[in-house]
Amino acid sequence: MKIAVLVKQVPDSDEVKMDPEKGTMIREGAGNIVNPLDLNALEAALSMRRKFGGSVDVLSMGPPQADIALRETLALGADSAYLVSDKFFAGADSWATSLVLAETLKRLGGFDMILAGEKATDGETGQVGPEVAAMLKIPFATYVSELVVSNGYATVKRTVEEGYEIQRIKLPCLLTVLNDINEPEMPTLSGKKKARRAEIKKYGSQELGISKEEAGLTGSPTRVVKIDRPRISRQTELYCGKELDRGIDRVVEVLRELAVL
Amino acid sequence: MRRDESKSSGVLVCGEVRTGRIHPVTMELTGKARELADKKHAGVTCLLFCKELADDPEMLFGYGADRVLLIRHDKLEHFNQDIAAKLLCFAIKKYIPEIVLAPATTSGRTFLPAVAAMVHTGLTADCTGLDIDPESGLLLQTRPAIGGNVMATIKTPEYIPQMATVRPRTFRIPCISERSGKVEIPEIPDCIFESDIEVLNMEYTGGDGTNIQDKEVVISGGKGLKKPENFALIRELAELLGGGVGASRPTVESKWISYPHQVGLSGKVVSPKFYLAAGISGAVQHLAGMQTANKIVAVNKDHDAPIFRVSDIALCGDLADILPMLINRIRKELNQ
Repeated sequence: MKIAVLVKQVPDSDEVKMDPEKGTMIREGAGNIVNPLDLNALEAALSMRRKFGGSVDVLSMGPPQADIALRETLALGADSAYLVSDKFFAGADSWATSLVLAETLKRLGGFDMILAGEKATDGETGQVGPEVAAMLKIPFATYVSELVVSNGYATVKRTVEEGYEIQRIKLPCLLTVLNDINEPEMPTLSGKKKARRAEIKKYGSQELGISKEEAGLTGSPTRVVKIDRPRISRQTELYCGKELDRGIDRVVEVLRELAVL
Repeated sequence: MRRDESKSSGVLVCGEVRTGRIHPVTMELTGKARELADKKHAGVTCLLFCKELADDPEMLFGYGADRVLLIRHDKLEHFNQDIAAKLLCFAIKKYIPEIVLAPATTSGRTFLPAVAAMVHTGLTADCTGLDIDPESGLLLQTRPAIGGNVMATIKTPEYIPQMATVRPRTFRIPCISERSGKVEIPEIPDCIFESDIEVLNMEYTGGDGTNIQDKEVVISGGKGLKKPENFALIRELAELLGGGVGASRPTVESKWISYPHQVGLSGKVVSPKFYLAAGISGAVQHLAGMQTANKIVAVNKDHDAPIFRVSDIALCGDLADILPMLINRIRKELNQ
């Protein structure tokens, strides 16, 4: 099986800043990690490679520093890593991001399955997976918490509001996964060593044949026009020790005010 | 679609039908759509697709719809993202709405992005506020960004439709007004129902309280419970209040409770009327998933627990004492 995994490097700390003029995130300076759900996607890919053979390619669109995240996926066992990076790609919304990833996947070609995390912890839209699939015109599923592949089909269990939906999807397909699909393994020492020396292949707008107008902020249908910092104005009432009875009275009062009781 | 290429008008609401019933989020979005449409002197259309419908689709007129598009088909018994996306694309191409609103449920969050890619337009996920910009007439889409620390307002200036998903219970269901409209049954080409995705089965577990994003009350437990059995206290309290059971990430990682209960950035973001966190210290990743709740109560033994800073009521002490006290007190209230 030829599998691709889409990963995103996300800020690790809570110290993310916003560019007040462009309304986009400033990623420099914050510690970065591989988006946690993307590691579940990678683990799902590696487990399929163990079963069926084949290869696992990892792709990330991001700034040059996303190289670090890609090396982590190589340390975990990915075969090749591709950094899709260009100054014209900056400020992309989910549509413009999806276009670049879809074009890269087309260029690499021949994937039986594309995996990604259900959402990233920074943007939280969960939109890139389905958008990439639609651009590639392949079927897709989201919220996948179980995956079995046989005879050219993926059978997935989707975790939805009322329970689980079991779907059978024709390959090639794109799946976005939740964290209960598996437990990602830790990188091995030899994996880390290999990853340090490995070559990360780079793609930019020229290699992909994407014009400046289609990509990044210019190619994004959405525009952030305003950023507000809402003040959390909760006046915390603290109760401890002997005051706890009074605290519990207050909880009951609040429940009554809210018409819960 | 480029805005200048076609003349668009009106608001299209993607309704949600679950097990034959119109989900309340449909009424919430229809009410909001009416407000937006009135500012633009435009119409509101509701799209419903399902196998069977136990509710009367005409009820949506009372909430602000001028027209209901009703599509019924055997292939629509369960959610199929491929068919749903093709149906919405069909409706968008036929009616050319200026705005499309859909629920940010697992269904809406799945097929709406595919539609955005197919028709080439922008989509804003999980909006908490929607308005019309008085100057440009564009839809102002407000959503929490970076874990709810900032609110971003987003526009889709050059493409139509302007699309947004909205979490259930973000907007109020409006009072029913005396309005009328018409139900249309559009003719759908058969090829739309041919799909590379087949739904094999639907396992309903909804009764176990995992549907926490729809709940008005959420009671969550964390590692401060000390052992998995103590989730019984959380469940008991949740049951008394008709609420759902939430959990912190560490408890899910330790397999004390299943993933659908996880509240936070890597789990579910909830915004109930009442949220109680017991034995959860309040890592940013958890706070981002619950801090927009109307009232927040935290139970923790640590005075300096960060959860207290976002709480309305902080009960500092041992949860093994406090939770039973609270349960008994509420039981008394309910018996009166």
